[in-house]
Amino acid sequence: MPIRALIVDDSSVMRKIVERSLRQAGIDLSEVFQAGNGAEALSMLKESAVDLILCDINMPVMDGIEFIKQLPGIESAKNVPVVMITTEGSEAHVVQALSCGARGYIRKPFTPEQVKEHVVPVLAGKV
Amino acid sequence: MTSSGHAAAADTHQNWIPLLEMATREVFELMLSCDLAPASSMDESGMDVTSMVGLAGQLCGVITVRCHQKTAVLMASKMLGLPPEKVGDHFADALGEVCNMVAGNFKNKIAGLSDGCMLSPPSVITGSNYSLHSLADSPGLQVRVLFENLPVIITLQIHR
Repeated sequence: MPIRALIVDDSSVMRKIVERSLRQAGIDLSEVFQAGNGAEALSMLKESAVDLILCDINMPVMDGIEFIKQLPGIESAKNVPVVMITTEGSEAHVVQALSCGARGYIRKPFTPEQVKEHVVPVLAGKV
Repeated sequence: MTSSGHAAAADTHQNWIPLLEMATREVFELMLSCDLAPASSMDESGMDVTSMVGLAGQLCGVITVRCHQKTAVLMASKMLGLPPEKVGDHFADALGEVCNMVAGNFKNKIAGLSDGCMLSPPSVITGSNYSLHSLADSPGLQVRVLFENLPVIITLQIHR
């Protein structure tokens, strides 16, 4: 079933790469929303419903950790799975992101196969 | 720091060159589907795009990726899956992301740095008529590679 995805990253190039990787991973996207930081993403989620969020950590204005902390405040988005995609690969960051509600964690650089490996189980509700 | 301390630090840092090179190669292989070739010598003149990411915490310094604008355009083209003439201004964003990923991948390869070192957002300078004055107190580590036969220089300036 086609899904609506929100990609949050301050780099427009990276947002396009993530979208392409999702498509290459065989994920059927009906709509893709893009935001440049957590605050922009929260505003977007108040207007549009999505099925999956992929989010960077280091971003200006509002970082990815603060974004997932505030996500439960949006009724329509509080159960949407979030997968972090970031250069911050430390164990501390992974633990922090997962404890704040992220369902997956992909380190940059990544391959479409890695995106598939992390995102498909999340979409299937297995993570 | 004593002079022997400086020497020890310099030795340790020299050992990081292969890790910096590996971190760079992985970024180009995974995100640009390109193998880099080693470059023993290269013409640095006219390199007019520099991306910088600062490191703070257990390691302080700056990582830069420097190349010609046409090289950055080609990188963006490969990252976006677009022909080079359609890349437009995205070359700066692309080079910034390359530098960001090299910096992140590099620090994740060094025990203790992954958790203890933070990265700044990337900054990109265009133009070649500038001087970079960093607070680095040791010689920079440099990796020189060829991307699609075009020279790219990756430098790590270490403050401590």
